[in-house]
Amino acid sequence: MPRYQGLPASPGIAIGPAFVYRPRQVAVTHHRVEDPRAEWRHLTDAIEMARTQLVALEARARQVAGEDEAAIFEAHRLFLDDEELLGRLKALVLEERWNAKAAVHHVFEQFAEALLSLEEEYFQARAADLRDVAQRVLKCLEGEEEDVGEAAEPVILVAEDLTPSDTIRFDREKILGIVTAKGGPTSHSAILARAMGVPAAVSVAMDLADIRNETLCILNGSTGVFSVGPTLHELELARREKDQWEAQRRVELGQAHLPATPRDGDHPVEVAANIGSVEDAEQAVRFGADGVGLLRTEFLYLQRNAMPTLAEQVRTYRRIFEVLGGRPVVVRTLDVGGDKEVPYLGTGHEPNPFLGWRAIRMIRERPDVLEDQFTALLQAAGELLAEGKPVDLRIMLPMVSSVAEVERARELFEQAKEGLAHRGKPLPDRVQFGIMVEVPSAALLADRFAPLVDFFSIGTNDLTQYTLAVDRTNERVSVLASPYHPAVLRLIEMTIRAAHAHGRWVGVCGELAGDPPAVPLLLGLELDEFSMAPSSIPTIKDLIRRWSLAASREVARQALDFSLAADVIDFLKAQTPR
Amino acid sequence: MPETFNATLTVRHAAGLHARPAAQFVKLAGRFPCKITVRKLNSDKPPANAKSPLSVLTLGVNQGDAIELVTEGEQAEEALAALVALIESNFGEPAAAH
Repeated sequence: MPRYQGLPASPGIAIGPAFVYRPRQVAVTHHRVEDPRAEWRHLTDAIEMARTQLVALEARARQVAGEDEAAIFEAHRLFLDDEELLGRLKALVLEERWNAKAAVHHVFEQFAEALLSLEEEYFQARAADLRDVAQRVLKCLEGEEEDVGEAAEPVILVAEDLTPSDTIRFDREKILGIVTAKGGPTSHSAILARAMGVPAAVSVAMDLADIRNETLCILNGSTGVFSVGPTLHELELARREKDQWEAQRRVELGQAHLPATPRDGDHPVEVAANIGSVEDAEQAVRFGADGVGLLRTEFLYLQRNAMPTLAEQVRTYRRIFEVLGGRPVVVRTLDVGGDKEVPYLGTGHEPNPFLGWRAIRMIRERPDVLEDQFTALLQAAGELLAEGKPVDLRIMLPMVSSVAEVERARELFEQAKEGLAHRGKPLPDRVQFGIMVEVPSAALLADRFAPLVDFFSIGTNDLTQYTLAVDRTNERVSVLASPYHPAVLRLIEMTIRAAHAHGRWVGVCGELAGDPPAVPLLLGLELDEFSMAPSSIPTIKDLIRRWSLAASREVARQALDFSLAADVIDFLKAQTPR
Repeated sequence: MPETFNATLTVRHAAGLHARPAAQFVKLAGRFPCKITVRKLNSDKPPANAKSPLSVLTLGVNQGDAIELVTEGEQAEEALAALVALIESNFGEPAAAH
């Protein structure tokens, strides 16, 4: 049977029929019509149908995926109201007697190509949106209904890649696993799979044309191997492996809601979740998160044309806080720029985006954005507390490299409080204020930052990138970006030591915190909080309970003696809990 | 022959004439009955219908680009004044410091 190797993206084993997702392209031919008026009516009906579908999708997206995904469909709907686009369609059909499909194809392509000729990524993305809408109208012309949740039985979803618009189509109960030919471990497909807790492999070296629907497949999301049409013997082995994995997983899940205290510890270590939507918050609770160590707020700002209103922000934060029911939640303020462009905030193409105008650095030109966000967070927490619902809000600034940034942000935070007090709004009495440690300068000066904050959270992904001068999005060098590099480990150690000397707590919210071999290392460095993808929580809690602090300290001490990342990893992988 | 009005000015907003500024611009243009076009100067692109978001978007007007607005017909003078005011107010935002 064919076996394809890919990158592991979400652990576990899935066995089931393949469902190959190929977005169908409608064939378009051009001809003259006899009755242009009837053809125009046909087209306006199709546009109306497409609009109705988009309204429904927007509502569905808001429910299952959050505001950023909903905004995509709202933008699509607005294209269908464009007077120039409608005017050109009308002229082609009524005056030139074109058939509706050809007119739709021609006019949408005219605009898409005009957008593609502008180089910025923003326009490229709008062109892709426009083509998506064209396909929708063409399908409506064929009288096709929206095919949400096409598969009738649970399947392994096989696709070239999945976009947010694609993933919203499927009924999540019917997906056993996800396999994509493209995308990396941080692609939308991978993030979705981890959030759903189903196995996934990405960048799988397969040709979709070779895989037929309903063929029985085995997906190992822990190794990244995808096998199509297994023999009975192979199937037997896979079932056994799946049973073992699931039994272990059940044990972990069964205890996921209990605190994780090391064998010789006198208090639990906090194991928290990294989340980026209301749905993620629900996942986090389900997987036993003690709190949220990183709430990414970009979803409120991406894929839209204007700032979210205060009311919209408050509404979203309230929903997340309510789901978390009083568990601590660390909210990272807006972190755009870098590889995430938001034109209405004034981010643009930069030669070195990761070293550019991003995250907290926007504070000088756009203090309004941060103050607005502080106001929304305080208002959401204040309202819930006034209603008798518990909230433990903690606010964290991203990409801090200078003490001045913290001082300025603190001023804005006070202004936001005063503004709310002035309007007679209830305020939470205690909100912790912290920073991300992801720039080496912040780690090196941790003793200077500590008096200004309540906590640190170490973002190991960026800290690695900046410490080692490796662009982690550049595939030729990304292999060098190991958080186990001794230089990165030394910065982590320094940060924790400086924080504890000032009585502050420290978390890690990068990939390192959810990587099993790192558990004794981080425990041994006396990390206070581990924050990770929700589905990793049960495994990490299980490991924390099986290690003792004494043995972990010894592991950490030895790990810090190596000079090579590879030696650190080999050493850690050879350790067993004790 | 209806009277035409025109103005030439520079877009200072960081987002140029797309995203939110474009949406505000098109919305305002849509309130007037007259014909309104916008052209990107120093480009070979023909004037675009100012009431169509897609047409305005495809001009690709970035921060610092000069544009020409032409209005023609009923309320042409008011329309031009309103659109010029919107752009000169930097779409209601304080100008970014550089």
